[in-house]
Amino acid sequence: MSRSIKNIDWLSILLFLLLIGFGWVNIYSASYNENAQGMFDFNQVYVKQGLWILLSFVLIVIILSIEAKFYERFSSVIYVISLVSLAGLFLFGKKISGATSWYDLGFINFQPTEFAKAATALALAKFLSDIQTNLKQFKHQLQALAIIVIPALLILPQPDAGSALVYVAFLFAMYREDLPANYFIVGIAGILLFVFTLLFGAIWVAVGIVLLTGLFLLKNRRKKPNYFKWALTAVVGIVFVFSVDFIFHNVFEQRHRDRFNIVLGKEVDPRGIGYNTKQSEIAIGSGNWLGKGWMQGTQTKGNFVPEQHTDYIFSTVGEEWGFLGSTLIVTLFVFLLLRLLFLAERQKTQFKRVYGYSVVSILFIHFLINIGMVIGILPTIGIPLPFFSYGGSSLWGFTILLFIFIKLDAERMAY
Amino acid sequence: MKKLLLPIVIIITGVLFTGRLFYLQIIDSSFTAMSMDNAVKIEYDYPQRGFIYDRNDKLLVSNQPSYDVMAIPRDVKVFDTLELANLLNLSTEQLIKQLDKAKIYSPRLPSVIVSKLTKEEYAYLQEKMWKFEGFYIQKRSLRDYEVNVAANVLGYISEVNNAVINKNPYYQSGDLIGRQGVEQYYEKILRGVKGVRYIQKDRFNRDIGSYKNGKFDTLPQKGKDITLTLDIALQAYAEKLMKNKRGGIVAIEPATGEILALVTAPSYDPSLLVGRKRSKNFTRLWYDTIAKPLFDRSLLAMYPPGSPFKTLTGLIALQEQVVDSHDKFACYGGYRYASSRNAFMACHHHNSPLALREAVAVSCNAYFAQTYLKVIEKYKTPQAGINAWEHHLESFGLGNYLGYDLPIGRKGKIPDADYYNRKYRYPTYNWYAPATISNSIGQGEILTTPIQLANVTAAIANRGWFYTPHILKEIEGQPIKDEAYTKKNFTSIEPQYFDPIIEGMFDVYNYGTARFLQVPGIEICGKTGTAENFAEIGGKRVQMTDHSIFIAFAPKDNPKIALSVFVENGYWGSRYAGRIASLLIEKYLKGEVTQTQREEWILSHSLEEEYAKFHPEKEVKEEAKPSDP
Repeated sequence: MSRSIKNIDWLSILLFLLLIGFGWVNIYSASYNENAQGMFDFNQVYVKQGLWILLSFVLIVIILSIEAKFYERFSSVIYVISLVSLAGLFLFGKKISGATSWYDLGFINFQPTEFAKAATALALAKFLSDIQTNLKQFKHQLQALAIIVIPALLILPQPDAGSALVYVAFLFAMYREDLPANYFIVGIAGILLFVFTLLFGAIWVAVGIVLLTGLFLLKNRRKKPNYFKWALTAVVGIVFVFSVDFIFHNVFEQRHRDRFNIVLGKEVDPRGIGYNTKQSEIAIGSGNWLGKGWMQGTQTKGNFVPEQHTDYIFSTVGEEWGFLGSTLIVTLFVFLLLRLLFLAERQKTQFKRVYGYSVVSILFIHFLINIGMVIGILPTIGIPLPFFSYGGSSLWGFTILLFIFIKLDAERMAY
Repeated sequence: MKKLLLPIVIIITGVLFTGRLFYLQIIDSSFTAMSMDNAVKIEYDYPQRGFIYDRNDKLLVSNQPSYDVMAIPRDVKVFDTLELANLLNLSTEQLIKQLDKAKIYSPRLPSVIVSKLTKEEYAYLQEKMWKFEGFYIQKRSLRDYEVNVAANVLGYISEVNNAVINKNPYYQSGDLIGRQGVEQYYEKILRGVKGVRYIQKDRFNRDIGSYKNGKFDTLPQKGKDITLTLDIALQAYAEKLMKNKRGGIVAIEPATGEILALVTAPSYDPSLLVGRKRSKNFTRLWYDTIAKPLFDRSLLAMYPPGSPFKTLTGLIALQEQVVDSHDKFACYGGYRYASSRNAFMACHHHNSPLALREAVAVSCNAYFAQTYLKVIEKYKTPQAGINAWEHHLESFGLGNYLGYDLPIGRKGKIPDADYYNRKYRYPTYNWYAPATISNSIGQGEILTTPIQLANVTAAIANRGWFYTPHILKEIEGQPIKDEAYTKKNFTSIEPQYFDPIIEGMFDVYNYGTARFLQVPGIEICGKTGTAENFAEIGGKRVQMTDHSIFIAFAPKDNPKIALSVFVENGYWGSRYAGRIASLLIEKYLKGEVTQTQREEWILSHSLEEEYAKFHPEKEVKEEAKPSDP
């Protein structure tokens, strides 16, 4: 224990503490209520969050006290428990604001989704670090995919598409562990075609694909390309484009379409579905260089941004701390992610490296989707900003996720 | 590559976010405005509007509290609809309809249910309001008129329209602004400056405290009281005399240019445009296109000045030294100004030959036609002659805006060389002085407004100068210092040339056209006018009964009042306008009227039958005239 404390990466912990502290300050502002009964009024959101933060310190001590080997050895057990807790929601779950994502433990509501990420990361790390696993093999690719997809499929029907989407993050970790790059290329091409189809319509994108393929083949005709392969690729692309068009217009519900259209700038509807994004942009945009000052945000005080203390907490930062404060937060996140990535790379065992990569990938996806949504460049997908958003389960989930890795890293010399 | 993908994606994301934040927070400033719009409510403290007094410190316009019954639909509890409806003078259906409307507007915000209750209604209602939860009474300030005259001078106030709001950022929807008269012209002085309070709102538009602890709040500044040059007793008397007549009267104090009376007939009671019945009354006045009570004839009506203009013809002839005051001209019942058969200007029977003073007294057409021709023909070309003549008239404030401190006006019309060149298509055709001969007697192309002619009278009374007529005397007891009204304007006529004209105008009362209008004890100088006028009736140009015109000032030495009176279709100068002018002068100088017979005659004579001729298809109904309550 004493040796591992010496080896603990205090920089990561400092960044973690800064984010948590600054997060609480903003939750305080966003949820401040003049009728509060002092600092121990447990009806107040910021008081509760303060309590979760204090308790998370207890959690940290526990996590750091357990031997690192425990996490590796019991990863499968933890994973299975986590899957069971997710499945149990179908029977015993409590519905809060439309999603059956909670267990009612009487004194506290508990959200297993937030803990499943760490469990899945452990399981994936365990599987990939197996000496027999080779991600170049299709069979192993499928097995790894199963580890990721099962919890996602259990989360999806809660419904909580946002949290399910987070599991895409593990692709980064798998790519690091020799998953062929083609998956990424196909994935990125798919996303690009999707966006272009929505923006310009299927016909034009199809025409574009044909033209580009034609040009490419014409230019490289001396190299004797495989014409059949390229033509097939183009056809698959075109089929994809038209199916996107079909799905978007015939399978998606209007609210889904709206979310995309708002981000693509196709609809301006401040009273309807675009209200959240619009209000969030107004709050952030009115912050200017230095912001309106802590507790001075007019949008924040007026509760114009819905869910401001949870998913939209970053809009408070934007309004009250301005460009300076919000870029500081972005920078802190980027620093933390890069620091953890550095730690992951220096691990001697594959298990620790995969786990580290998974931690970084999950935090990154949350960071990307949450802030991207709040500043209006991604569709509305409700997932919390790590360490920042209000919520005991999410705070604890991220704390566990992070500190297991810090513990693993601290004991890297033990082997 | 494997190791680089994630860090690169992370850094790109960081840069992208920073760029987007930079755009939202620094580049695009529209969000700040939107934030102010939806999160900060601005509340205004409206200061009391300034009072308006007449020259003798008689209060004309003050303020009265008015009470609006408001309701916040969400707070409205079950209540006795019938009782409240009765209290508010509404039917139960109307009350429920109002409440529904308010609910649609906003369940959380107050809406007006009934506006502009009087003090009496309020006093009665107030005792019962406790029964009706969710309703309350809000106080506002309305104008209170202490007099029922001078509506055209005072103007009125009403809610600003969008055009004003777009042009002037001071005004918000629902603000009151002065319209017409001094309310409009001295709006800024009268209104004061409203105070502003910024209030933080939540997303339901509820107040949740003062924005930034009142850092940006300002206190209201009270509107200033103003004193007008008007003599309200004279004004009221003039309006009384103009009953059943149409036209305009303007009285000016020559020594100061102060407007003593500014009368248009028909007019209306200014309190018609206050309170609950305002919009109904306004619509009625607005659509009275026959009598046009909202049309200020004293400032806007352009009439041919007729014979009073001969005084100017005489003055110009003297100044141009084409005649002197002793030169006599013959009048053979008129004057043949050109060889053609129709080129004859008729005159009435009088002594002949005659010099300037007598010509003014008896209003001889022939005399002024000849002197006018001499003026024009003094110059090498008729163009130069007309321009010289026009230049003199301009110095009397004719043919252009006078520059008085009221928001409306007309230029009138004095033709110049360009005008005749266009009319006679010069240089294809030539034209000569006799073609403009009607100018000599104030007919033809010349048009003046009553205030212009009153100003000419004042300039004659002053022997060659005038102050720009004005209606404002003092602001909060401090005399005005505006140079526009405190600097003498000199006419192009030298003072000595005024003597024969003034003597002639004096003789108008001694033995001339107004000899039977004398007022014992007052030496009045005047000049009658009878102007031909035409109207288009049923598509035909028809000559109507002549306008009755009169200008006068008194006393002859050290004049205290100069005025012009126009009475539309009043037959001839002394019949209506002359009588009214004499009565007003007596009233102003003596404070009472001794010529009761004359007064009775005017009060009992109506010209409505004449006016009915303009609208042969319509009967002019007495009750259609809001000016005659």
